Amino acid sequence: MNGQGGAITIALTGQPNVGKSTVFNVLTGLNQYVSNWPGKTCEQRIGSLNHNGLEIQVVDLPGTYSLTANSVEEQIARDYIIQGQPDVVAAVVDAASLERNLYLLAELLSLPSPLVLGLNRLDVAEKQGLHIEAHVLEAALGIPVIPMVASKGQGVRELLEACVLVACNPHEYLPNRPEIRADHKAVMQEISTLISGRVPEPYPKDWVASKLLEGDEEVGRMMQSSLEERWQPVHDILLQHEDAFLAVASGRYEWIGRMVRAAVVRPKPGQVTVTDRLDRYATHPVWGLLILLCALGILFFFTYALGSPLQAWLELNVVQAGAVWVSTLLAAGPDWLVGMLSQGVIAGVGTVLTLLPILVIFFIGLGVLEDLGYMARAAYVMDRFMHPMGLHGKSFLALFLGFGCNVPAVMGTRIIESPKARLLTILVAPLAPCTARLTVVALLSPIFFGPNAWWISLLLIALPMGVLLLMGKGLHEFALGGEHTAFIMELPLYQLPNFKEIGKGVWQRTLDFLQGAGTIILVVSVIMWALSHFPGGEIEESFLAVIGRALAPVGNWMGLDWQMMVALLTSFVRKENTIPTLAVLYGAGQDGASLAQVLGGQLVPAAALAFLAVQVLFVPCVATVAAMVEETKSWRWTMLSVGLLLVISLSVGVGIYQGARLLGVGV
Amino acid sequence: MTNPSKSLEVTIIAPNTQALHTLCDLPVGGTGIVRQLSGGREFTNVAASLGFTPGVEVTMVQNYHHGPLIVSLRDTRVALGRGEAVKILVEVV
Repeated sequence: MNGQGGAITIALTGQPNVGKSTVFNVLTGLNQYVSNWPGKTCEQRIGSLNHNGLEIQVVDLPGTYSLTANSVEEQIARDYIIQGQPDVVAAVVDAASLERNLYLLAELLSLPSPLVLGLNRLDVAEKQGLHIEAHVLEAALGIPVIPMVASKGQGVRELLEACVLVACNPHEYLPNRPEIRADHKAVMQEISTLISGRVPEPYPKDWVASKLLEGDEEVGRMMQSSLEERWQPVHDILLQHEDAFLAVASGRYEWIGRMVRAAVVRPKPGQVTVTDRLDRYATHPVWGLLILLCALGILFFFTYALGSPLQAWLELNVVQAGAVWVSTLLAAGPDWLVGMLSQGVIAGVGTVLTLLPILVIFFIGLGVLEDLGYMARAAYVMDRFMHPMGLHGKSFLALFLGFGCNVPAVMGTRIIESPKARLLTILVAPLAPCTARLTVVALLSPIFFGPNAWWISLLLIALPMGVLLLMGKGLHEFALGGEHTAFIMELPLYQLPNFKEIGKGVWQRTLDFLQGAGTIILVVSVIMWALSHFPGGEIEESFLAVIGRALAPVGNWMGLDWQMMVALLTSFVRKENTIPTLAVLYGAGQDGASLAQVLGGQLVPAAALAFLAVQVLFVPCVATVAAMVEETKSWRWTMLSVGLLLVISLSVGVGIYQGARLLGVGV
Repeated sequence: MTNPSKSLEVTIIAPNTQALHTLCDLPVGGTGIVRQLSGGREFTNVAASLGFTPGVEVTMVQNYHHGPLIVSLRDTRVALGRGEAVKILVEVV
């Protein structure tokens, strides 16, 4: 990557909430490529631009507070800087909380790549009464310091120019580097001597010594295997100095204090800021919950009040019209081709298309809440309820919105920073009862249960939520190690949302969804159509029916016949598909018989309950599975969740029917 | 390397050890100086990178004596659980 064909690579780093992604977007425009870091479930954004004929690649590193391998993000950021050896690292810091932000810079300075500091959000700092002299800071640090207000595009070009200048003249780069606190200098020296000559390339020796003292496990393992028999004396010293990492951390902060002293003019103490005033309510145990409910209510309202009519419109005017158009256009063509296009391809495209309005509105809502700085408050308010399950306060937000549709719930988990909590939320998200499954319950339970339908429906809505809690707890304890991540997080300052940036984010995420999940949905829709069509052209004699008949023994344990099993299988494409499948298989419409008439007498109440219980707990629809694959970047975890749901749903179904038989009720 | 599950105690000798309180004890508006951090390496590392190092001044912003609390330090606000706050010892000023 380094210097290939005259190209320059800039790595963009910064703590979370400093406006780093805004800088990235302004620099690269829409010329960006999103994928995952190799082997990690963490998003990698790379963009490119041309500056005065120079080809420049910008790598957006994950936002991290430090570079100790505490999290996947930190590991990725530091591995990239050390091993990828970018020509220059641009560190974006929030001027309004300069001291804490410079902590990452202090760590970056001990790595070989040259640095440029982007002093962002100067406008916010000024509003807080903080005045920062960029040139004084520049003189103290010995690296270029660029004043910026990235949200207004100010300073981004200057940052780029400074980066190019530093990258082209690496020998003129002479930074002022922080040192360890005086009382630990001797021991640091001792370790440096012991590891000298055995530090693997391209790791800098002093950095490795400092990380060993900080107790960094990854560096410890690396040096243990590299030093072999000479590890023991190093290990002994480290054991005697287990407190050293605080000396390293305090050393960095003391150094930061010296750096900023001359450059920063502070406000008079005791000023009450807008953020303080808003937080009195937003983080209050009672008011905070009410505000959260209102925020979610509004988001929910917009998603469905605007999204549902749009969905219906698209369904009628694009999807159905498209199917009719294809059938007329190809009237002379073979039946299977018309069928595949109108029922397979268009059904798949339709699923994707009708999801779009809801997803776009949902992404905008989340973007606004996040940009406002409210998301951290919502997490703070909800955390005490979600923590025992290993979930994060922000998991609640994603799951709550999954009540409408599981796809935005899965996609919404991106707001959760902790990778474990995020994965766990994705794995349980299909259990949030979605409107499609509620439609099936609402349509079928009056047919099956008559006057008792209302309370049985409520039970059927509560069932997946109960399973969600149990499965969350179980996965947390057994599959994800059970440890609680410490609850300690920054509450960023409130700020007005930047709609231009939100718009770009929504666009990018919608494209991601279309490319990734959209493709899977389309392919699976066509496959499911083929299974229901071939070999004979009728679903009764199709491969799907064959599979359904093969599953009849499982169905028998639940009191269900093969038609019911086929209906469950077709619900994989779209949950609502259960209804038309049942109608076709039981011959509704023939001799004017309605679905209620043909289905009413088919099942005893216990079997009907088992059927609907399986329906609400069953394998999520293909769109949700595709979104899960897209977000976890792992078929293994997705299949674990899908497999678990399959086992749980069938077990509950069998349990209900067999239990009822034992008790002699409803059979 | 050291066993990660092992709890680690880090003590920086305070001028007056009797005056140490946990961060939970600090009333709203009260200020303390961080003297000691305890707990696992992961927690102390995260806390340190968020600014909790010995000698730093911390002001309590919200503390309802149950549930998580909010403090302000180094020009930022940090929210933390009570379980985490008891691991941070401060000298009240």
